[in-house]
Amino acid sequence: MPSPTSDEPIIRFDRVNKAFGDLKVLKGLSFDIDPGERVTLIGPSGSGKTTILRLLMTLEHVTPVKHPEENGGVIWVEGEPFSHMKKGSKLHVANERYLRQRRQKVGMVFQQFNLFPNMKVLRNVTEAQVHTLKRSKDEAEAKARDLLELVGLSDKIDGYPNQLSGGQQQRVAIARALAMDPDILLLDEVTSALDPELVADVLQVLRDIADTTSITMLIVTHEMSFAKDVSNRVMMFDQGVIVEEDTPERIFSDPQEVRTQDFLRAVLAE
Amino acid sequence: MEGWSNERAAEVFPMVLDGFWVVLQVTAVAATIAVLVGLAVAITEQVSSPWVRRPLSGVMQFIRNTPLLVQLLLVWAATSYYINPDWSAFIVGSAVLGVHYSSYTSESFRAGIEAIPQGQWEASTALSLPAHRTWFAVILPQMMRRSTAAVANWLIAMFKEVPALFAIGVLEMISQVDKYLGQTYSGAVEGYTIAGLLFLAASYPVAVAMRRLENRLAKSNF
Repeated sequence: MPSPTSDEPIIRFDRVNKAFGDLKVLKGLSFDIDPGERVTLIGPSGSGKTTILRLLMTLEHVTPVKHPEENGGVIWVEGEPFSHMKKGSKLHVANERYLRQRRQKVGMVFQQFNLFPNMKVLRNVTEAQVHTLKRSKDEAEAKARDLLELVGLSDKIDGYPNQLSGGQQQRVAIARALAMDPDILLLDEVTSALDPELVADVLQVLRDIADTTSITMLIVTHEMSFAKDVSNRVMMFDQGVIVEEDTPERIFSDPQEVRTQDFLRAVLAE
Repeated sequence: MEGWSNERAAEVFPMVLDGFWVVLQVTAVAATIAVLVGLAVAITEQVSSPWVRRPLSGVMQFIRNTPLLVQLLLVWAATSYYINPDWSAFIVGSAVLGVHYSSYTSESFRAGIEAIPQGQWEASTALSLPAHRTWFAVILPQMMRRSTAAVANWLIAMFKEVPALFAIGVLEMISQVDKYLGQTYSGAVEGYTIAGLLFLAASYPVAVAMRRLENRLAKSNF
């Protein structure tokens, strides 16, 4: 049995297809991401970036292909099939029970925060610790308090989400995701729904987390300076395929592909 | 037709009041059924396969679109033979009334569930919350806020339909007036007036309380 080593990718997309009805969003997409890497996905809307994150969060499921053992169409996480499950030497599409167990290593922060509005801030961060990870209430609360301090919201723990600004809500959502100790953190346009003056605090929290942890991050964002600061690699998508990928320094200063050049010009002109 | 008589009113009042207590008991039982069955139907429609969902929706549709009175008489005719006759009218009447109104409350609960943003379900998935936690800690509390006013309105409407149970012999207010009429051949105006006033006295404060609750929910923290 192969043991996980540092040179094994933490995420592997192997010829992944995803269609919504007749619309093929991902067409045989393959890429690897190493543990601890911070990868930013850029590209025009509809290019499949968010779909990649949603597949990793199991909010969407890959479109199955025949004989995945040979033909791929499989997502792997930490060396084990993720979209599929092993049955002997065969791969079958993963069932809900398998996904429930595997997705615990993955956390996600959403564009619209999606905090639970009926729960106070503290319980938003403890709820899944207690009921998913079966931590004790005391342990979960201690962890939640630490994380809420990290995101600068210690004084808000007894408030309800709708008493907070969008930026504060998003920082609670980051704390909520981190409380689950994910190996992979997915950030889906986390500042797009925020008023401009609230963006900086959220990005600073994410920079701190990037600096102080080794969590693998997949980031979909239009904040190019943030992408430059935080990521090791930028992948440019268009129509479900990778057009170009490189370090942020190179891709932002010297993009090779015309589509990348056009996209960056459009985004930076905003 | 005779005019109003205070004497007859005083005489019929205790009987109508007896009937009023029966109305309240029927309402309590039927409301419990309407809420629990309505909630169970709404949740089942969300979580089950089309093979369960479609027939269930069909049954609810049928109940909603046939008159309560027909349902009462039908169920009464079909079951009274098997149940203790002292209790049967009350039980059958409350159950039919409750199930009839569950076909309305389930729609209000369903609307409350469907109004919850998709992101709440996605966040629950992202946190791997067990299904029962997603329902009881995330979805139902948010649904309650959205559905309470509509469900309360159905229950008030249901309360006012309790006299339909007269048809199967439940001794509610109308039956009591009827009994009095049978004995004295008078007192209809007094009896029905008192019955109407008792309905008003009971439903008006409830309606006001519901409006307050609605306002409070609108201002609540979620």
